[in-house]
Amino acid sequence: MTIDTAKADLSSPAATSAVASKPLIALKGVSKVFSNGTTALQNMTMDVHQGEFISLLGPSGCGKSTVLRIIAGLGDVSSGAIEWPTSGHDATGKATPEISFVFQEPTLMPWATVFNNVWLPLRLKGVSKTAAREDVLGALEMVGLEKFADAYPRELSGGMKMRVSIARALVTRPKLLLMDEPFAALDEITRFKLNNDLLHLWEKFGWTVIFVTHSVFESVYLSNRIVVMAARPGRVVNDMPVDAAYPREEEFRTSTVYNDYCRKASNALHQAMGANDHL
Amino acid sequence: MSAIETDKTVDIAPAELDEPAPVAAPSDSLGERILKIVIPIAMLALLVGLWAWYVKAYNVPHYILPSPWLVAQTLVQDWGILSAALLVTLKITFSALAIALVGGVGLAVVMTQSRWIEIAIYPYAVILQVTPIVAIAPLILIYAPTTQSAILICAWIVAFFPVLSNTAQGLKSTDHNLLNLFELYGASRWQTLFLLKMPNALPYFLAGLRIAGGLALIAAVVAEFAAGSAGAGSGLAFRLQEAGFRLKIPRLFSALLLLSATGVVIFFCTSMISHLLLRRWHESALKREN
Ligand SMILES: Nc1ncnc2c1ncn2[C@@H]1O[C@H](COP(=O)(O)OP(=O)(O)O)[C@@H](O)[C@H]1O
Ligand SMILES: [Mg+2]
Repeated sequence: MTIDTAKADLSSPAATSAVASKPLIALKGVSKVFSNGTTALQNMTMDVHQGEFISLLGPSGCGKSTVLRIIAGLGDVSSGAIEWPTSGHDATGKATPEISFVFQEPTLMPWATVFNNVWLPLRLKGVSKTAAREDVLGALEMVGLEKFADAYPRELSGGMKMRVSIARALVTRPKLLLMDEPFAALDEITRFKLNNDLLHLWEKFGWTVIFVTHSVFESVYLSNRIVVMAARPGRVVNDMPVDAAYPREEEFRTSTVYNDYCRKASNALHQAMGANDHL
Repeated sequence: MSAIETDKTVDIAPAELDEPAPVAAPSDSLGERILKIVIPIAMLALLVGLWAWYVKAYNVPHYILPSPWLVAQTLVQDWGILSAALLVTLKITFSALAIALVGGVGLAVVMTQSRWIEIAIYPYAVILQVTPIVAIAPLILIYAPTTQSAILICAWIVAFFPVLSNTAQGLKSTDHNLLNLFELYGASRWQTLFLLKMPNALPYFLAGLRIAGGLALIAAVVAEFAAGSAGAGSGLAFRLQEAGFRLKIPRLFSALLLLSATGVVIFFCTSMISHLLLRRWHESALKREN
């Protein structure tokens, strides 16, 4: 019985926490102008709540990666502010949220084994190899790669490399997972599989996920909120909830609800792209 | 934070693997391996045979071109002189190489830590490199306290640059996303250097080492030639020159043989080191397999 209620709660993490609670991240009028004069982001305001699975959807060049990097603390904002109302702060007053980042490429160190690649975030925090062993193997088990701890990245397929990259992001048990088109370079079969695995893990651990994609289908399948962005200058043009219950399995891909949301998101995306008619 | 332990009740479908396990790469077949040894040996035998035949057939006098047999004999007879000279040359070559490695890597690290230091130093490294060593050798011979140290300095100048420029290039060409990742996880400058930039620079450094190894020997020989009679009783190049002056052509050939062999051994050693360090992960050390 207890398991059932737990599951019900987990199936809509956003609903439980979004109500009146403080957001995890508050972007307030954030702009980013690069030194070459490109306005990558203009006046972006967005609240991210605990437990949400947000997709940032938009054509390439609309500033999706820039938003993620700013949230991760890589690079400063040109104007506006980013606040972490619920996170701890270090001595200098800087927020210390527990973030992990998954890039479009697996971004593994080719000279290190799978184990050592996953150990890296802990190693940088001073955790010894023996002390980290259990956590690293646990993370590898989550992505189904526990047998490959001693392999080198070059011995793995593209999908397996991406799994290692995800295991590395999970090993620190982050509260916030930032993913920048993590599956864009994979074939469709592998992508669907990793979509499902990612959703299962998210349902289990209840992280907050910000997932960048340019695929309408992927964004609808995964997320409970889609933020559509337009380019030149990069900005938010639409913010729509996807109120379909989790767990979502393969059947969801063929359901009418799914199709309706895809059409809606697709229209929003086309409007965003038509806005500057640059195709 | 402890969600992993506490949430055991929730069932999660483990990611299944449709991808096959990597199996040990098949090594070369036996026949291929034998051929790899037999072909070079057969080629060598052919060339030496041709040489021996030419000397005999055309009655070439030994002060023009000694037969391979005579060269081998001289090598044994003069082994006392030649081996002592070889030792001197080897000592200089390897000392120069060692200092070049330490200095090259050290300076490369310093240069990549600060752009200003790079701007200040790099031009001089280039100037040292592009100036022909024979042109500065006489000056160095005058300034250095001993002839041996002058030769060492010459060999070092030549061997130093490939190590420096290759290592610096390797340190700078680190993947930006990996650098971002290190920054995200709060890596210190030293952690980034030792865990990311250094391993990334390793293949570049090793390519520099292979060039530097050969160059150190060449530069040592060139400097000995430049030293001329000042280097009396010293390295292989001196013995070579001396044999030439005295028309002891068989000994000249023996010394030459030793020099080439030394160069080959150095090349083989540096290639071996490179292969051993890179064989698990770097494309250059992997057999292409489709
Ligand atoms: N380091 C940079 N310097 C200058 N311009 C950049 C830089 N990074 C990104 N841009 C520009 O900012 C805009 C947004 O880039 P990005 O966030 O990477 O878009 P997306 O991830 O949506 O494809 C693009 O026009 C891109 O050319
Ligand atoms: Mg991008």
